[in-house]
Amino acid sequence: MLAEVRRSWIGMAGVCMLAALACVSAAAVVLVPVETFQDWNNPGRWIALPKTAVPAWANWMDGGRLPEHAVLDEPASWRLPGAGDPRGTAPVSAHVHRFALDVDYDGFPSDFIYEFTARYEGSPLLRLEVERPDGLRMVLLSSSLPFSEGPAEHSGRVFSADAAVRKAAELQSDAAFALPARGEAAERIVFSGGGSREVLKGVYSFTAGLYGAGGGAPPELAESRLIVGGRAFGAMGTDDLRRDLAVGLVWGTPLALLVGTSVAVGSVAAGLAYGVYAGYRGKLTDEAMMRLNDVVYALPALPFLIILAVTVSSSIFVMIGFLMMFGWVGIAKVSRSMALQVRTRGYVEAAEMMGQRDSRVILRHVVPQLLPYALASVAISVPAAITTEAGLSFLGLGDPSFPTWGQILHDASSYGAAARGLWWWIVPPGMMIALTGLSFVFIGDALDRVANPRLRRR
Amino acid sequence: MGLKRYVATRLATMFGVLMVTLLLTIALVGSNMDAILKQGVAFQVRSEITGDPAAAGGFSSAEELERFVEDRIRQRSAELGLDEPWHSPQRLGLAMYRVLVLDFGHATFLSSDSGSTSVGDILAERLPRTAMLFTTAIALMSAAGVLLGSLAGSRAGSIPDRLTSAFAVISSSFPVWWIGMLMIFVFAFSFEIFPARATPDIAPGDDGYAQALLYHMALPLITLVLIGFGSLAYIVRNFVVGVMQEDFVAAKRTMGISRRRVVYGHALRNAAPPVVTMVALSLSGSLGGAIITEAVFDWPGMGRLYFEAITVMDLPVIVGSTYVLTAFFLASIFAADLMYGRLDPRVRAG
Repeated sequence: MLAEVRRSWIGMAGVCMLAALACVSAAAVVLVPVETFQDWNNPGRWIALPKTAVPAWANWMDGGRLPEHAVLDEPASWRLPGAGDPRGTAPVSAHVHRFALDVDYDGFPSDFIYEFTARYEGSPLLRLEVERPDGLRMVLLSSSLPFSEGPAEHSGRVFSADAAVRKAAELQSDAAFALPARGEAAERIVFSGGGSREVLKGVYSFTAGLYGAGGGAPPELAESRLIVGGRAFGAMGTDDLRRDLAVGLVWGTPLALLVGTSVAVGSVAAGLAYGVYAGYRGKLTDEAMMRLNDVVYALPALPFLIILAVTVSSSIFVMIGFLMMFGWVGIAKVSRSMALQVRTRGYVEAAEMMGQRDSRVILRHVVPQLLPYALASVAISVPAAITTEAGLSFLGLGDPSFPTWGQILHDASSYGAAARGLWWWIVPPGMMIALTGLSFVFIGDALDRVANPRLRRR
Repeated sequence: MGLKRYVATRLATMFGVLMVTLLLTIALVGSNMDAILKQGVAFQVRSEITGDPAAAGGFSSAEELERFVEDRIRQRSAELGLDEPWHSPQRLGLAMYRVLVLDFGHATFLSSDSGSTSVGDILAERLPRTAMLFTTAIALMSAAGVLLGSLAGSRAGSIPDRLTSAFAVISSSFPVWWIGMLMIFVFAFSFEIFPARATPDIAPGDDGYAQALLYHMALPLITLVLIGFGSLAYIVRNFVVGVMQEDFVAAKRTMGISRRRVVYGHALRNAAPPVVTMVALSLSGSLGGAIITEAVFDWPGMGRLYFEAITVMDLPVIVGSTYVLTAFFLASIFAADLMYGRLDPRVRAG
């Protein structure tokens, strides 16, 4: 059976795609912390990212015109006086962080924000300066932190739009550049190429230093990061709520695989058991069971799923159960008729005549005959389950605590992504749904040839 | 089994399904419905009393007023039959009977374009639009599917055949609503050819409403056909391939009848019964899918009505539209079965 799949290139393509998706799922579980993904709907978690940024690679293919968003949080760090100097002799002690930013795009960054957490005594001086690629040094901020008698911890943010930063940039621009820069935003001065209104490309190094004078413990920059606002970010861009879409897409993979395979396996197993039992018992049992089957078969699944999601629960695990309730019917019908056929075969009758119990006959002789069909059905049922779940999520009825692809598309549609041309919010989630479905369709097609040898002629 | 007995069994099953659907729907929304009705009664009683200063002033204490209000609410609820739970046989029976005779009651929030709140009126207004969109789509889909499928099937293994099969497999794994979003993105916003919202901006009844509706129908129609015809073509192809291997086809060919006549005149006729069944089944399937498709395109039909009703929890509308959707769903399955019988002489002879 496996050999058959290996022989068909479509089957192999399906297996490869599925393997890739499994790798993505594994990578998601290992690389992206669960907390990140549980915080999907927590706006505070995503505050450092830009709004509706294009994927970085699309920007690069476009010629890299848009500024790239950068979150620099691993600065080079050192202390003054150095480790070798005897403490206490120097009148000033300092802790310095340096961030290097490589600017190779044409647009100005939208802003920059310096975030820090400092531990100190007294009232140390925070000094933020930048050394530009042309060697020019600009002091952006030099101000003291709030006074504290004992050891204190202070967190703060310095925005490029702060009046002090703007004024400092403006004054130094007057001195350094020929062109006066009245009323210009700080980031447009810091990154401008002198007289021209163009971005000066090269490596900028931002230095944040915390200088403390006198005794007590030396001041310390416990945490600090520099955010340079841009309009391109990450592998998959961001959405309107600043969420990194790559996280949602990657985490959607294990969820979709979970929903798809558990619904498919569950409903095929249930359908197989139901159908085989009805077909094997025959007579009145068969008749009654098949009538019930007809009733469930004719129920319109989607309206019911919607009502169930609204009135009972939209938890993803409950939804898996609901999807199974509508999934087993078709399989039960086919496996019943197959069981009827298998039943009349000589070896089954022989086993019956030997006095073997029904359950044993069914398990040993009937079910194995149906296994290839069952496996093919599992593969073929997966895409339907995934698209149905995605459809429900798309309508906004999905589990809000899990970011599925359908939910990303739901958000895209409710924030008007199509009208605003935000293709990276619409195309990738749908492609992922389609690719996942396609991989199972391919595998199912190959398995189907095994289960249904007549198809081989075609 | 005789045809009459077959039809009778089928009709009985269909009725059973309809009843089960109704029971399930009412069971799922029943407790909510009760809560809403009771709140309505309480609100009504309170506003009657507080809105009438003479009546409100006649009470000596707040407790007395409160007791009076409680009594009135209980009395009014009993008049409406709300003192019994929704699952009492009496109320359940009444609720089911009402829907069965198409008395759906009045909508809580929604109304029809003409302003009527009767669920029956709303449904009567929405149903034709869904029927129009989906029957047109199915007609185009079947035409394209049958032509392409028989072309591919008569030349199994050729390039058109492979393309058709590949297209069928690939197109069927894309969700229709996502393709719809892409179509809106491309054709409504990037190239402004078709409108993004499928609801016409002219009031119904005005001149040019029909043209506007057709123009707005274009995008959903193209999407439905694009996604649907591939798998239909694939099914037709598979049946035609099967028929083409039959001896009678070889005989016709040796008689010198052209390939085209054999395919379209003989092979296709033999493949017709299962194909017709598939078409009817895809119609019934798309009726369920209409909820999502119409939500994407904002098409003012049954599907969107259903979704609107769900979002505001307008229970009479939910019950009514589930009932009507199920009835149409069953009718199309039934029609498919009957058609199969008409087309396949073996079944007809029974």
